[in-house]
Amino acid sequence: MRKEYVMGNGAIALGALAAGVNVVSGYPGTPSSEIIETVSKYAGEGVHVEWSVNEKAALEVAASASYSGARTLVTMKQVGLNVASDPLMSLAYVGVEGGMVVVSADDPGPISSQTEQDTRMFAEFARVPVFDPSSPEEAYEMIQDAYACSEKYHTPVIFRPTTRVCHAYASIEVKEKTEPKKYGGFHKDTKRWVIFPRLSYLNHAMIEKRNPQIGEDFSDYGKNTLTGMGKKLVITSGISYAYVKEYLKDYPEVKLCRIATPYPFPERFVLRCLEGVDEALCVEELSPYLESAVLKLVGAKGLSVKVYGKLTGHIAPSGENSVETSAEALSEFLGTPKKETGFSLPDMPELPMRPPVLCAGCPHRASFYAVKKAMEGRKAYFCGDIGCYTLGNAMPLDMVDTCLCMGAGITMAQGFHWTDPEGVCFAFVGDSTFFASGMTGVVNAVYNNADMILCILDNSTTAMTGHQPHPGTGRNLMGSIVDKVDIAKILDGMGVKKILRVDPLDHRAAVAAVKECAEVSGVKAVIFQSPCIAVTKPAGRMTVGDGCIQCKKCIRETGCPALVIRDQKVAIDAGLCTGCGLCGQVCPVSAIGGGEDE
Amino acid sequence: MNKDILVCGVGGQGTVLASKLIASAAMNCGNTVHSAETIGMAQRGGSVTSHIRIGGEVYSPLIPMGNADIILAFEPAEAVRNLGYLKKDGIVIANSSPVKPVTESLRDTGYDGARMAAYLKDRCSCLIIDAEEICRPFQSSRYFNAVILGAAAGSGRLGLDEKALLGEMEARVREEFITTNKQAFMAGLEAGKSYAAK
Repeated sequence: MRKEYVMGNGAIALGALAAGVNVVSGYPGTPSSEIIETVSKYAGEGVHVEWSVNEKAALEVAASASYSGARTLVTMKQVGLNVASDPLMSLAYVGVEGGMVVVSADDPGPISSQTEQDTRMFAEFARVPVFDPSSPEEAYEMIQDAYACSEKYHTPVIFRPTTRVCHAYASIEVKEKTEPKKYGGFHKDTKRWVIFPRLSYLNHAMIEKRNPQIGEDFSDYGKNTLTGMGKKLVITSGISYAYVKEYLKDYPEVKLCRIATPYPFPERFVLRCLEGVDEALCVEELSPYLESAVLKLVGAKGLSVKVYGKLTGHIAPSGENSVETSAEALSEFLGTPKKETGFSLPDMPELPMRPPVLCAGCPHRASFYAVKKAMEGRKAYFCGDIGCYTLGNAMPLDMVDTCLCMGAGITMAQGFHWTDPEGVCFAFVGDSTFFASGMTGVVNAVYNNADMILCILDNSTTAMTGHQPHPGTGRNLMGSIVDKVDIAKILDGMGVKKILRVDPLDHRAAVAAVKECAEVSGVKAVIFQSPCIAVTKPAGRMTVGDGCIQCKKCIRETGCPALVIRDQKVAIDAGLCTGCGLCGQVCPVSAIGGGEDE
Repeated sequence: MNKDILVCGVGGQGTVLASKLIASAAMNCGNTVHSAETIGMAQRGGSVTSHIRIGGEVYSPLIPMGNADIILAFEPAEAVRNLGYLKKDGIVIANSSPVKPVTESLRDTGYDGARMAAYLKDRCSCLIIDAEEICRPFQSSRYFNAVILGAAAGSGRLGLDEKALLGEMEARVREEFITTNKQAFMAGLEAGKSYAAK
């Protein structure tokens, strides 16, 4: 055994390797992305790791591997589970041979997601077991238990950490050497592996009979714990367990039930916890999942327990919990004194807002700016998408009218066209998003004869989630150099009539390309190609010369964070500037010089 | 030792690296450490906070409000933003030179950090350091975090001495930056020691 100081995601990766995982797939998504990165770093021979093109592909690649007896790990964020839900729902009915753990990382807040959806509910919907770790230490152990459960019951198993578990660091003891599992290979059996309504009918009945048995197993699971005693019971799980424990440090006698396996609900265990209890408070995030399950149990057994939580207003309906909000709810419930916090802070000065913005030198700034300038005076729709380029919404660019989910910009631009044929409809999509879920939207546009301009922001990486590679970058996770999948050729094959490639940092050329597309009808594309500066780290710098007339057009038009006011004059922060030259092209008196190789 | 340390700054200031250094140094001295960071969107000019919790009976990876023994801030507004985490007798060690967000440049409200520093001095025990001035010979703002770390070590309030931190720096910082980082650290160390002597 050796010690490793890792984040929760690292613990999950190491735990899966300790369990002998053979095939690992996923799509980047905060807060899950580091899992595959860690597997890639530590995996030895015989483990296949890949960034799949999207979560559906990732799950399907793993499915057949699991059919062959191999152990598989699939990782994604919670909204990625929506993409993988088609194969997952069916796979639950078909079942697996080698253990499959699907990590779906939830994001209470949300801190960086579109929804606060609760994967525990998804697990119940899909009829598969779910494990809910509350710390990195637990995550390492519990994922190994998840594999055992998956193989015992031949079902995919969901593993559901949340952001504060994924990104918390702790020191864990890990197995010194790990070996991928030996597996028997695929045995052909149409009756088992080919889904047909008849099979689904039979398997559904089997699943409904099996799940209470899993619940029984879970009632004996060591991580479902009960401590303390009394008539008041606190029920909790996940990171809320950590927050509750922090407050109950001073009250260790309080009756505390922790549920690490929310579905199938460990009924016998929870009934034991409810013995002699008059009131129960459920402390949890996202949906009132535990609260509803407890209410159902209380109702079914005719118990007289008052249950409090989100449904009763004792816990906030949305947003993250915290040590403080948990302490507040607990002290109300238990009648214990409120904890005094350190400082009163009257008359706090107004703090500067720091919304996330495109980095200085980001080519997306130039791309958005070019489209904005090209469309001045015309009615245009700017459909955005998920990635760094969502930040094109920030002032002064203000170039994102809509953003819904991965790949939606392309298809939403078409909806705007059908409702307003006079407007110019734009879709902005990143290179990684294009491969993940954009391509079918383009086919839809061509096939249904829409009129739109597709702007592909090709910066050669999946930036927002940590610069992961994708099919267009020429590298994959197994270390292979692969042929770059050519976006222009794909678009050509789809029947896009006009495809222009341009360097967004050449402002004049970029504007011209957009205007050229706006002159013709049909589906047109501009591929803005320029690499992510966080990857290439260019050495160039721009400087403001003496000719500056302090008009501040550069700041007002571009909003680049490297353009600052110093001693009441416009200046450039050399620590941030990468010499992209956009400001130089915006300046009306050409007072900004410098550039790439200064 | 039991200590809750909050490190804060703006994305790009090396908050995450500093917190890793502290965590490692603490572990090498035999402590149990838990930490948590806000990452991702923060890189793009946002506020970054790292929570480092040293000690055995720790459950929440995030420091409860009013529990931090020491706040290390690489930017003055971030120190104020996180002041609620500070213990009544805790200490703040903050850089006084501000990082202005794009929103400030667009509206030019004159945010200059001085008001933040004044507020800190009024509200709590603090050591305010002009890291920009100290780093002027190095011509880069990337060493601010080393200055503040040095000051923290010198103040005696971090629970870790300069040897432990410098050792970690050797192990983790890229070779081309080690010498300057050490110089910045030592300058901060002096400031911290002077403060402790008062």
